[in-house]
Amino acid sequence: MTGGRRALLAIDRLRVRYDSRDVLQALTLEVARGEIVALMGPSGVGKTTALRAVAALQPFDAGAIIVDGFALGPGPVPPESRLVPLRRRVGFVFQGHALFEHLTARDNVTLALRHVMGKTRAESDAIATTLLASLDVGARAGAKPSQLSGGEAQRVAIARALAPDPALLLMDEPTAALDPARRTALAATLRRLCDQGRSLLVATHDAEFAAQADRVVTLA
Amino acid sequence: MLVWGGDAEGGAPFVEADPANPARVRGFDVEVAERIARGLGGGTMGARFVQVQWSNIDQSVERGDFALGLSGVEDTPARRAQHAVTIPYFEFREVLAVRPEDASRIHGLADLRGRRVATLGSTIAYDLLLAARDSTGIIPISYDDDVHPYADLVHGRMDAVLLDHIIAQRALRRRGGTGFIILPQPVAIGHYVGVLARADSALRDSVDAVLREAMRDGTLEQIFRRWNVWDDSQGVLFDRVLRAKTPLTAGAARTTGLGQAIAYLPSLARAAVVTLLVSVLSMALAVIVGLALASGRLYGPVWLRMLTTVYIEIIRGTPLLLQLFVIYYGLVGVVRLPAFLAAVLALGLNYAAYEAEIYRGALEAVPRGQLEAGRTLGFSEMQILRLVRGPQALRYALAPMTNDFVALLKDSALVSVITVVELTKETAIYATNVGSWLVPGVLCAAVYLAMSLPLARLARRLERRWRVA
Repeated sequence: MTGGRRALLAIDRLRVRYDSRDVLQALTLEVARGEIVALMGPSGVGKTTALRAVAALQPFDAGAIIVDGFALGPGPVPPESRLVPLRRRVGFVFQGHALFEHLTARDNVTLALRHVMGKTRAESDAIATTLLASLDVGARAGAKPSQLSGGEAQRVAIARALAPDPALLLMDEPTAALDPARRTALAATLRRLCDQGRSLLVATHDAEFAAQADRVVTLA
Repeated sequence: MLVWGGDAEGGAPFVEADPANPARVRGFDVEVAERIARGLGGGTMGARFVQVQWSNIDQSVERGDFALGLSGVEDTPARRAQHAVTIPYFEFREVLAVRPEDASRIHGLADLRGRRVATLGSTIAYDLLLAARDSTGIIPISYDDDVHPYADLVHGRMDAVLLDHIIAQRALRRRGGTGFIILPQPVAIGHYVGVLARADSALRDSVDAVLREAMRDGTLEQIFRRWNVWDDSQGVLFDRVLRAKTPLTAGAARTTGLGQAIAYLPSLARAAVVTLLVSVLSMALAVIVGLALASGRLYGPVWLRMLTTVYIEIIRGTPLLLQLFVIYYGLVGVVRLPAFLAAVLALGLNYAAYEAEIYRGALEAVPRGQLEAGRTLGFSEMQILRLVRGPQALRYALAPMTNDFVALLKDSALVSVITVVELTKETAIYATNVGSWLVPGVLCAAVYLAMSLPLARLARRLERRWRVA
């Protein structure tokens, strides 16, 4: 399935329980370098939960997750200080964007560059300008999130997640707020991102969008 | 029925609640009122007591709450100018009380340069101290009651107390005759009178006639002897009153309302600065402690969360007035805080509880998704608080914080109970002096508004700027 290449992300028999109910029972999944994988299934089937577990935003009860050699085990989420290698490898684009409302689009992108990656303001601004332009929102760099359209906000959120240059990008329902034309454009953008060797795991219930992925994994 | 007003909080021997039946009052002023009622009604009239705060007797009698105010009411030019005042029926001496170790050095106000001298606000004694502030440089401190000045003298917060000899002797008796001594040489002589509404001068003349009769027939002397306040000077006073053709008046040239207002402007300005200082310092303390409390409640371990919750609930669940008293008087055995510091501490620690709840609410109002986004970007909890959560929470908190500061500006009036003379207290002194709340009230309100309105405006502008863009 992964063409013999070593998987960037390996999920092995992942089990998550909520209120004594299995949200995920035994999810096993691999994503290779440069691969786009769509995670499909109806609402409530555990797509978002799986992404959150990979990003260590949520504990799981059994199984294992390995991201580029960094392993997460069952039990409580480890403290942030022990998650630094994971944070470098994984970016997350939330459904609803979760942009920092008090900052401009540009500052949303540069915040982690300056305060986590230790880059100067000038370096960070240069990276942000390039990223925002490549996502076709360069002209909106000075706008606050409340002034952006749904599509613009989403692209800014993608730019923010890509700024630290993660090897794996997780996206939760990226087409939920987009019209059909925007969906096609987004698919092309994602494809371009992965041509640079990045991997993508996208949770979606949009079959048309999922069809443009390298591979579709359906949860039931 | 003669309805008369007095302050039972003033206590014996003037007016006090009867220990045997607290619904009744007793004291020499009570008996004087009863004697007046008997004289007015040909022996059949009774007297009914109305409780009123001592400093408000003049206002209440003018409002018609009662016909006659009688409770150690002093004979002053201002009072005679504003109200109908009876002949004097008792002579008192303004005496200084000092700690025993100071008795050899202090013989009068002149020896108290740079020292703190306490008294009851709105009294002749207070006016004497204000005059002495300008002439000899003493520091007058005004209290709302006549018990705490002596307590603070004994505790070393004050260097002397100037009050009526009856009050000084009572305070000394209550302390078993120790703790301070009363200087034999009086600073001034004053008289107690009854006060009636300005329009009641006819009734006043009748009351005067009854008082003269009581001086002549010895009933007034009997009353004073029963309460152990009779001395030779009362006999001299009676003789002088009975010989005088016209009532003895302490009449003085009355300044116009405008003149009085202008004369009071500097003290009002000083008091406004005190109000502003107390409020700003208290708010600064409230913000710092409030942030600590909110952080403890949101981020702390279980025991700290419980501790901060208990603090917040206790502070919010008890009156600020009580907290002021506890910090200033209650802690006197542990730490003797200066009044200003105690005021800032009490207000600041009180408002900290409310600020903490504002900050907690504001921090919790920042959407969870943004905090998670911060985590996925590799920020530490501290960085998320500093870069993402804090700045947005500040915007949510700004409006309620401004409201709180405006409320604090006004609550700072409470600190006058622990001798800090701020705007409202100074206004009350002014109002007592001119015998009306109208002009002082309007002036005082204008000053409060001048302080609070620009704040509200500033907050609205900041909010607008942060909301857009």
